[in-house]
Amino acid sequence: MSEVRNDYIRPVDFRHGRVDMTHGGGGRAMAQLIDELFLRAFDNEWLRQANDQAAFAVCAGRMVMATDSHVVSPLFFPGGDIGCLSVHGTINDVAMSGAVPLYLSAGFILEEGFPLIDLKRVVESMAAAAREAGVPVVTGDTKVVEKGKGDGVFITTTGIGMVPEGVAISGNAAKPGDRILVSGTMGDHGVAIMSLRENLTFETTIRSDTAALHGLVAAMVEAVPRIHCLRDPTRGGLATTLNELASQSGCGMVIAERRIPVNGQVNAACEFLGLDPLYVANEGKLVAICAADDADALLAAMRAHPQGKDAAIIGEVIADPHHFVQMDTSFGGRRVVDWLTGEQLPRIC
Amino acid sequence: MKYIDEFRDGELARTLASAIAREARSGRSYNLMEFCGGHTHAISRYGLSDLLPPNVNMIHGPGCPVCVLPIGRIDNAIALAARPGLILCTYADTMRVPASKGTSLLKAKARGADIRMIYSSADAVRIAQENPGRDVVFFAIGFETTTPPTAVAITQAMAQELTNFSVFCNHVLTPAAISNILESKEVRELGTVPLDGFIGPAHVSTIIGSQPYEYFAEEYGRPVVIAGFEPLDVMQAILMLVRQLNEGRAVVENEFTRAVTREGNTKAKALVAEVFELRRSFEWRGLGEVPYSALRIKAKYAAFDAEARYGITYISVPDNKACECGAILRGVKKPADCKVFGTVCTPENPIGSCMVSSEGACAAHYTYGRFKDVQVVAAPPATVAA
Amino acid sequence: MCLAIPARVVDLLENDIALVDVGGVQKRISLALVDGVACGDYVIVHVGYALARLDPEEAQRTLLTFAAAYLSRPEVA
Repeated sequence: MSEVRNDYIRPVDFRHGRVDMTHGGGGRAMAQLIDELFLRAFDNEWLRQANDQAAFAVCAGRMVMATDSHVVSPLFFPGGDIGCLSVHGTINDVAMSGAVPLYLSAGFILEEGFPLIDLKRVVESMAAAAREAGVPVVTGDTKVVEKGKGDGVFITTTGIGMVPEGVAISGNAAKPGDRILVSGTMGDHGVAIMSLRENLTFETTIRSDTAALHGLVAAMVEAVPRIHCLRDPTRGGLATTLNELASQSGCGMVIAERRIPVNGQVNAACEFLGLDPLYVANEGKLVAICAADDADALLAAMRAHPQGKDAAIIGEVIADPHHFVQMDTSFGGRRVVDWLTGEQLPRIC
Repeated sequence: MKYIDEFRDGELARTLASAIAREARSGRSYNLMEFCGGHTHAISRYGLSDLLPPNVNMIHGPGCPVCVLPIGRIDNAIALAARPGLILCTYADTMRVPASKGTSLLKAKARGADIRMIYSSADAVRIAQENPGRDVVFFAIGFETTTPPTAVAITQAMAQELTNFSVFCNHVLTPAAISNILESKEVRELGTVPLDGFIGPAHVSTIIGSQPYEYFAEEYGRPVVIAGFEPLDVMQAILMLVRQLNEGRAVVENEFTRAVTREGNTKAKALVAEVFELRRSFEWRGLGEVPYSALRIKAKYAAFDAEARYGITYISVPDNKACECGAILRGVKKPADCKVFGTVCTPENPIGSCMVSSEGACAAHYTYGRFKDVQVVAAPPATVAA
Repeated sequence: MCLAIPARVVDLLENDIALVDVGGVQKRISLALVDGVACGDYVIVHVGYALARLDPEEAQRTLLTFAAAYLSRPEVA
């Protein structure tokens, strides 16, 4: 006679298992995956309640909400992965308003056949990033799509936060005379990703700069509550972000190429591939615009923070009906830095 | 980066700029064509035109292999990629070139064709090795710089006895293009395109050497200075051309001596001669049929020739009527002269090839130069303290 | 037109492959088109192949020519 152990549930086989349609079916398989992976990794008071929603009290004030979908390929890259990227990205979007991020939600679209061991790695990375940032993932959702209809995993995170009193940061707040600052080296994330793209492999120690910036922002807002603009230069790079801000604020900009911090290896990798670091993505950097009088104090506050140690003042805002972003090149000429057109692809010509 | 940064030094740029300003005689103009797209890019990116006196004019030539690739050849590549199971390997430059019916390699890829961007012809050979059950075609483009790498790929494929690898060859030749420009009626007869001298290509010359340009200098009486790609190289070459023109000389000079010799790379030239032969004629986008201007794979290597293998028929497709790429490539018109420039035709939605390649005259002008057509605010120099 | 950069050869591998370095970034490229390349040499790299060796003396000479541009020719009336 066989011995049947009471209450025995076969644990999810993370080592060899793969996502299949039952994991999105709403039944036991899905519940078990959620329980053994997501709840265990994120583990907090809201998720323990096992409701379809998370409830919390909010203080009075201005609330900020931001959402981001992450479809990065490759999923794992030097310095990070899609998991921590999705946490950092949304925290940063919230933080760029000056708000203190409070809670995150996470939606997963999983492709049938995706190895569970990779999923576990992604989720645990997200959980670690959320814990380190002090911003919990309080609710989420999982769906499964048929093989071929997804890139392994797509993640959408939404975050909320509260804006402190006296802070009014917005893309349209730049004024002629303001100074433009960046928090560190440009182009790291894009080059780290590209170094792994099939057929472009080069050996480098460049790591993605993916990081949550709300701590840096808090230090900056404390030093200079009247910061005018904050934005993180993700896709399209610094050039695109500056053009966006110029356009929103209705002014122009002049920056100095030699003041823009760029890691030597990022520069070299861009040379190899015919790319311009100004247009390469960052995931752990921000652009700040403030009144000229506040620039030194802001720079000092940034440099005092570990995520801003390479911060620099790179230019200033000017009156310009065309909203051009002009750059004094290291070579000595001046050129206009335009929006990114299309996707920056490596070239041979 | 060694041998790069030193050739971008701002101080030296000012030295060269003053020398050019001093030596360019007022009362005459110096109309110089930089043949090569890489030079076009350098001139735009570093704002070199700003550093030149007003009587020194740079004319952009057709030295961009993507720009001169006819629509019909891209159509052929897309048709190859549409063959079931076939993997088309291409350099990223061709992906967005508009082909017939509003399609492109990028759009074909989005519709499911297996098109892979590669950095080197060696990657295409590797993909063929890794996928023995599938046909792999390498879409080869480029001037003489890029041709030897294709030759190596073919000889390696032969040595490895690969049966699933072939090359769709679109390699073109620089001297033929220069002839074509110098022979054009605007230059030769009408004199509507004053062309006083050439900045010769940098990397093409590492392969073919400086010797092939001697014919042009002699036959057409125009000086040629081969220049490296860095902005200081270009400025030095402009200075050397100004001097030759002042002295009434027309010879080939080499500014890029650190990488170019008179004979070039004999090993690479021999390998190319082993694998390729001249086509009697080849259509260049914007220039029409140009005799003895392109290469095809020799019969000995027919097994690796995609045109033979797949029975490709070339159908010439005319450019959009509004597109002025042809005239622009020959230096007859400027991008701003084209009615659709910057409106219908932009880098986002290119109509012609001059706008697709980042080195095409139109793309370069759009990205860097169109602001000159507009009154740019004379902003103070970036006064920020360190 | 052809994007190519000077790179330092740091290691010679088998099958005519070399490991080169540009500003700290390393890549494997083919030496099939150039003979007699040694570690420490600089080569011009295009689409994963070395096309030519860079001559350091000529490079120096060229840089000096730039610097001397102002001095070399007398004013022509």
